[in-house]
This record gives sequence, structure tokens and C-alpha cells, in this order.
Amino acid sequence: MNHTIDFILLGPPAIALVFWLASMIERRRSGSAEAGFFARNGGAISAFLLIAVGFWALALIVWPQLYMVEYSFHPKLPPSARFGPKDYYTLANYRYFLFGSPDDTSHWNDTHLHAFWTTIGVSVIITILNFAVCYPLAYFMAQVARPGTVRRLMLLLIIPYWLNEILRAFAFRVLFGTGGVLNAALIGAGLIHEPIDFIGDDVALYAGLTYAYVLIMMFPLYNALESLDRNQIEAARDLGAPWWRIHLDVVLPHAKPGIASGATLVFMLCAGALAAPLVLGGPKTLWFTPIVYDRFFQAFNWPQGAAYALVLLAACMAFVTLIMRLFKVSLSEIAR
Amino acid sequence: MSADIDLINLTIRFGDFVAVRDVSFKIAGGEFFSILGPSGCGKTTILRTISGFLPPTSGAVRIGGRDMAGVGPNKRPTALIFQNLALFPLMSVADNIAYGLRVRGVGARERRAKADDLLKLVALPGIGDKKVAELSGGQKQRVAIARALAVEPQVLLLDEPLSALDLRLRQLMRAELRAIQKRVGVTFVYITHDQGEALTMSDRVAVMNHGVVEQIGDGPTIYDRPATPFVAAFVGENNGVAGRVTRIADGFADIETPMGLLKGRDGAGLAVGEAATLFVRPERLRPAPEGFAARVESTAFEGHLTHVSLIAGDGHALTMSLGRDVSAQDLTPGATVNVGFSADDAVVLRQAAP
Amino acid sequence: MIPRALLGFYLLAFFTFLFGPLLVMGVSAFNTPSYPQAWPLEGFTLDWFARLFEDDSLMYGLRNSLLIGVLVSALSVLFGLAGALVMTQVYARARGLYYLVVVAPVLTPGVIIGISTVIFWKDVTAWTGLKPLFTGFFLTVLGQSSFIASYCMLIFLSRLQRYDRTQEEAALDLGASRTQVFFDILLPFLRPAAFSAAVIAFLSSFENYNTTTFAILADKTLTTVLAGRVRQGMTPAISALAVLIVAITIVAAGAYEIANARRRQPRVE
Repeated sequence: MNHTIDFILLGPPAIALVFWLASMIERRRSGSAEAGFFARNGGAISAFLLIAVGFWALALIVWPQLYMVEYSFHPKLPPSARFGPKDYYTLANYRYFLFGSPDDTSHWNDTHLHAFWTTIGVSVIITILNFAVCYPLAYFMAQVARPGTVRRLMLLLIIPYWLNEILRAFAFRVLFGTGGVLNAALIGAGLIHEPIDFIGDDVALYAGLTYAYVLIMMFPLYNALESLDRNQIEAARDLGAPWWRIHLDVVLPHAKPGIASGATLVFMLCAGALAAPLVLGGPKTLWFTPIVYDRFFQAFNWPQGAAYALVLLAACMAFVTLIMRLFKVSLSEIAR
Repeated sequence: MSADIDLINLTIRFGDFVAVRDVSFKIAGGEFFSILGPSGCGKTTILRTISGFLPPTSGAVRIGGRDMAGVGPNKRPTALIFQNLALFPLMSVADNIAYGLRVRGVGARERRAKADDLLKLVALPGIGDKKVAELSGGQKQRVAIARALAVEPQVLLLDEPLSALDLRLRQLMRAELRAIQKRVGVTFVYITHDQGEALTMSDRVAVMNHGVVEQIGDGPTIYDRPATPFVAAFVGENNGVAGRVTRIADGFADIETPMGLLKGRDGAGLAVGEAATLFVRPERLRPAPEGFAARVESTAFEGHLTHVSLIAGDGHALTMSLGRDVSAQDLTPGATVNVGFSADDAVVLRQAAP
Repeated sequence: MIPRALLGFYLLAFFTFLFGPLLVMGVSAFNTPSYPQAWPLEGFTLDWFARLFEDDSLMYGLRNSLLIGVLVSALSVLFGLAGALVMTQVYARARGLYYLVVVAPVLTPGVIIGISTVIFWKDVTAWTGLKPLFTGFFLTVLGQSSFIASYCMLIFLSRLQRYDRTQEEAALDLGASRTQVFFDILLPFLRPAAFSAAVIAFLSSFENYNTTTFAILADKTLTTVLAGRVRQGMTPAISALAVLIVAITIVAAGAYEIANARRRQPRVE
């Protein structure tokens, strides 16, 4: 079998083993009296923990990701030829993304690159928009409203999200379609004479995407704001600060982890959105994730699809790192 | 059934910090034994080692003659009453008490019967079905004791169980615990920083400081014949006067102090010329024409005693506690009074090393 | 601080934005035109609801979604529990890396999880001769569990923060074995968390599309059938489905509120 594959499969367990040994050595050296892993949990439970975490972390998280990375550097081959003599490592898939062909680097792959940057750019804008829309309500629920009101608002918020994203996107299609309510209202009000093609112009898509992830931003934001001691706001007001200064200097800094959390998730979901572009996209719509989808199910070029997927992953990771730097927040504060 | 406990050269270290330093003593079966000391003296550490949660760095623990090395807390004949009681909030009172029996496979009906019996023993009959959250502090205490007794331990370990209770409840529980111990006959190892508790409840007390046992004895011994300055000062109120030994005779020592020559029992086999401290309790001082002179700073009336703060010699502060039988009328702030005591009531000890 | 009127307007606008599309779609479910239309209202009909149940493909997808949801929920709760317990015990120096690994699925786009699951298991089942295992059903359960277990783990971790370990010591002291302590003390304490984790896991699985659409291969779930419908041809039957789901949600939420209110009542006195 291929050496890289061996490395991928054996590497992570080896790292885990090294940490285990290090922990045992440290425990022995410090003369600590704490019981070891097996003593603390008993035989049966220890086995359960090791098997469950081992399978989940390795077979479901680490190995598939590493394998996909490796896969993206292979050419498209039938299953039997993999790792055989005809197999080799190549950057062809990535070159395709950038230049539109495996070898020719003379022209840029305008379509795909355009889609990529549009996706990233629009996702950033939507994230910011999403935050702006959610912040007032989150603040209201966290600091101003009474507990009963909060609960009822919470329920109201959750109801739309019981629908899966396909149905939600569908609702927007009904709303924005050429025969839809919005167009009917605009024509009826005499503002326009011909229905506007919201869908073809991507307006429907952007509106739908903003709508789709409101709850994702709302919850971390609410939690972060809720933990702010009301007295701090009172103190600031008492010292004479106007309301916008209070938000800028007292509330927002405290809510940083919540904002970072919400922003990261919204961006990730937006850039990786598949349902909304599918339902709300017109013929000219360029969104990156459906392109990844096509690499798999239209071009049937799985290694290329893997490469494209990794490009998307890299973009998300870059965004997360940027947010972490910008907000000076650690990873543990981002995860809900 | 009760077991004796034997601690042999017990040392317990946490990294570089030595919590318990080469401690050895025996606790007799059926005894109510207290370990008394300030926070950080090592008493909780010893308790956790006896109960099996903390293996010693060196030395051995024997319970009922058996060496407990490698024996986990669930296999030892001990039961621990935690400082925060650690009752199981999701179980009823009866289920709490019967838990030890449940893990031993005892049937439900028998368990419930045993729990009800124990509730009667701790004077809480009939509350078996209540939830832990509905109980008062004192009731929770007793449920914790019942739960521990249910597994019929040979040794009961109590970790400052009364510290969370208010004063009246504490005094009530002191008598209760003593009564329960006598009734059941199990060895009690009780740790506390409150010397009043230790003295009223125990057969014997071990006084600990900085990981070392300073003295072991019964109440009167610890109180009247302290072996070290720490014990003398920690247990009860005490006046200490430093000086130099000038004469030893018949078990008494004379020491030269800023207040003149004072005499007390030789408590440490002293030699002439040694630096020593004389300790005499406030209640043993009284106005006496032959005593040394002191100036009254203030007086405080505390019911059965009046405490008089005095300044003597070169500014040395002393306390004199007078009962109702002695008139304190002349002792107004600023007045001078001569203070004396009987040599029998004072003890001279070697000065503590700096 | 902020004028009442502005607040009121904002709330109204916000919830109109939130519920508007739903209302529109809801109306179209009862409207006669065969293409979903909310305006103008041409006629009232319940036909589309009936069509829903006649739709074999949809029903099949629904059944699959329910089955997958239950399995994913069970697996994720187990993984999440194990993950949380290990997190509380892991070697301090390894904790950062461990956390990164188990939380990464939450921050990874669903499509990537779907893709990597398919690619990896395709080859693994081939090498280990477990080819029959390579089904859309199997892959979807695995793919979804990878990140849904992370949600469950976070829920358990949050509950564990308030756990009083001296209860474990008390149980041990009374003679319980470590396994007995796990089942008698720890699990009862975690029960509320396990319940919410299971519910959230099921719902996350049921409504998932991005990962499922890759992992399900040739098979179908409710969401993939719906997505297919939108491409082929939409009918108000889909609106009808949405109305049904929202109706069920409102009823369930109402029941939950009533049950909670009843429980909350006695303490007030």
C-alpha cells in the first residue's frame, strides 16, 4: 500500500500514544497521587470511552479529512487503478481551479475564480448584515426584556427554523418569483410595470441567505450579552455616557466571543451553502459550493471535487483565523 | 464492630510541599479521636489517606491490623462524612442512606427497613421519602451520618462536619454525635479547627501544626499540660511570657522575665540558662498583693467571666479572666493592680524554634 | 434609552421579515394554482395536502430521514458523552489539540464533511472487503454523526461544569465500584443534558442537507427529495408540507409551554 496512506492512518494514533506516554511520565515524576485513566473509570467504562472517542475522532473526523487532502493530489482514475502503476501525484486539480486546465497556465479560470471570490465577498457582507440585524434584538432580549417576554420571543424565533433550509429557501422563491407576492405588490402599487427578475438577479439568493442564518447568529450573541452584568451598563450611564458609547465601549467588547462565534458560523454556512443557491439561483448565478457539487456529480471528477472542497475549507479556516486574531478570541470561546 | 488505626511513619508530599511529615500514632478501636489544628496543618490530608483517596508518599496505614496499601476507598472498612456532606440530590433520603447497601446487592425491602432503623437512630424518624433539598442543615448532617453507618463501617471519619452550622446547632450536634458514637461503638476520627469541639467530644485529641503532631492526649492533659508552645497557645486562651530559666527544683522552673521572677511547672525537662516561655491561663490569674504589677487597659463583661486586658512589665499584654466570685470593681481602665498565680497552674516550655 | 417607537418598529420589521416568507408560502398551500402562488387568491383547496401523502417518493424519503435521525441521535449522544468525559480527564498538554479535533466538525462546511466521508469510506470498504457497507444510509449516518456528536459533546460539557465530584467520592466511600458510580451518580446527573442532546441531534439530522446530499449516494432523504422537486417542478404540495411542519411545531411548542407553566406554578406560592 501507498506510504502516504500508512502515514495518514498511523500518524494520528501515534501522536495520541505519545501524549499518553508523556502524561504517564509526568505523573510518575511529580509523585502525584491521582489515579490513572483506567483506575479512574473502571475497566468497562474505560473501554467504552477509548473505543467511542477513538472511532469518532479517527474514523469520522481525522482520517476522512486527511484522506481527502491526499485524494485531491491524484488524477482521476477508475477505482482499480488507484495506487497502481498509472497513479501519480499531481497539482493538476488545483491548476484546474486557477487556470481552467490541468496544464495550461496561460488564462485564468475566470468563471470559477469569479464565483469563488463572489461567494467569499458576499458571505462577508451577509455576515455583517446578519449581525446588524440580530444585534438589537439580541440585546433587547438579553438585557431589557422580562424573562416571560424572552421566552416567548425565543419560541417565536425558533419556529421558522423548524423548517429545513430547503423549505425556507422555497418560501423565498414563492415570495420573489416573477408571479410572486413581492412583484404583485410592486406592480399593484404602480411602482413597476414588468415583474423584476429577482431570482435571476441574485437578489432573492442574497435575501434568502441573510434570512437563513439569523438564528445561528442570534443564539451566541444572546448568550454573550446575557452574561453581561447589568450594573456595568448602569454604571456607564451614570457616568454620563450616551447610548452609542455604552454599546461601543461596554457591551460590544464583552460580547466579542459571541460575535466571533456567530460570525464564524454564519460565514461558514453562507460560503458553504448549497440549498439556497440551488433553489433561489438563476441560470447566471455563480456560487462556489454548487460548483463543487458539479465537479462530483456532473464532471464525475472526484479528485477535482476534493481539491475544490479543500479550497473552500481553506477559505473558511482563513476566516476563522482572521476572526480569532481580530477579536482576540480563542477557539474554545468560539465553539458554543 | 470497631477497628483500631495504626499510622506508621506516614509522610505525604505534593510535589515539593510536605503536607504530613513522618507522623505515627495509634487510634484505639471504639475511641472518639479528634485531630485538631489550624487550616493547612495536614489533618484533612491524613483523613483522606486513611479513607483511601490519597495514597501516602511513604509510610503505612493499618486498619484493624490490616495494611491498607493498594486498597481503594470502596474496599476499606471506613466511611467518610464529607465537609459538604455530598448527599445525592437526585435520590430520596431513604435511597441516600441505603445506597451503600444497594451497591452490595441488598434487596429493596431490606434496604428500606434498614434505612428506617437508621433514621430512628439519628432521631429523624419517618422522613425517608423526602428529597434532600427539603432538609435543614442539621437534618442533612444526620442523614449523612445515617448513610455512613448503614454500611457498618469499623471506622467513621468526619471532616469538619459542623463547620457549616450556626452556633446553637453546632452545640446541639456535638452532644448528638457523642451520643451516637457511644451507642454504636464505632471508632470516630474527627477533624476540626475548633478546639471547643475537640475537647468536649473526644476521648483523645491530636494537635497538629504544619504536618507534624505536636501532642496527643485527653482533654485535661492537652489543656493543663501542653507539651509545646503551639499547643499551649492554640488550645484555649493562654498568656505566654518569655524569659530565661534561672533555677530548676522539684519539677518546677524559675524563669527571669520582664515582670520579675516567675515560677511554673517544668513542662519540658529544661536546663538552667535555657530560653523558655511560661504559660498561664487567663482564668488562673487573679489580683494578688504578692504578684507583679500591671496596668488595666480595659475590661469586657462576658456573662460568667469578666476579661481584663492588662499591660505589664515592658508593655507585655496579658489577659486575666475573673469569675463572678471575685469583685472587679476596682479594675477600672488606668488602675494599677498586682496580679498573681499559683505555680501549679503555670507551665514553662522550651521556646519555639524561630 | 432608545425610544419605544423605534424599538417597536424594529421588532415589527424583524418578525415580519422572519415570518413573512412563511406566511406567503402558507397561503400558497391553500391556493388552487398548480404553481405556488400566494397572490392573487384564486380559490381555496385542501388538495395539495392530500397530494402530499400520495407522493411515494416523499414518504419514502421521510421514512429514511426518521430512521437516520434516530440512529444519528443515538450514536451522537454516545460519542458526545464519551468525548465530554475524556475532555475532563485528558492530559493538560494534549487538551488544546484534542479540543481542536472534536470541535473542528462544527466549523467545517457540511459539504466537506459529506465529501470526505464518501471518499474515505469508499476506499476503506474496498480494502477491508466490507463493500456491502458502502450504502448511502450508512454513509449518511456516519457523516452526520461526526459533527452532530460535537454538538452533543458541548451540551454535556456545559452540564458537567456544574458537577459535584465529592458525590462520586461519597459513593466510592460507601463501597460502589467505578462502574456503579458511573451508572448511579454520573448518568442520572447527566440525564437532562442527554435528553436535550438527543432531541437536538435528531432535529439536526432530520433537517440536514449539505452533508446528506453527498453522503446519501443513490438513496433519498426527505431533504434531498425536496431539493430534487425544486429542480424538477414545484407544486404547492411542498407548501403544504411546510404548513404541516410549522403547525406541528406550534402545537409542540404550545404543549411544552403549558407543561412548563404547570410545573412552575406550585413554587410561586
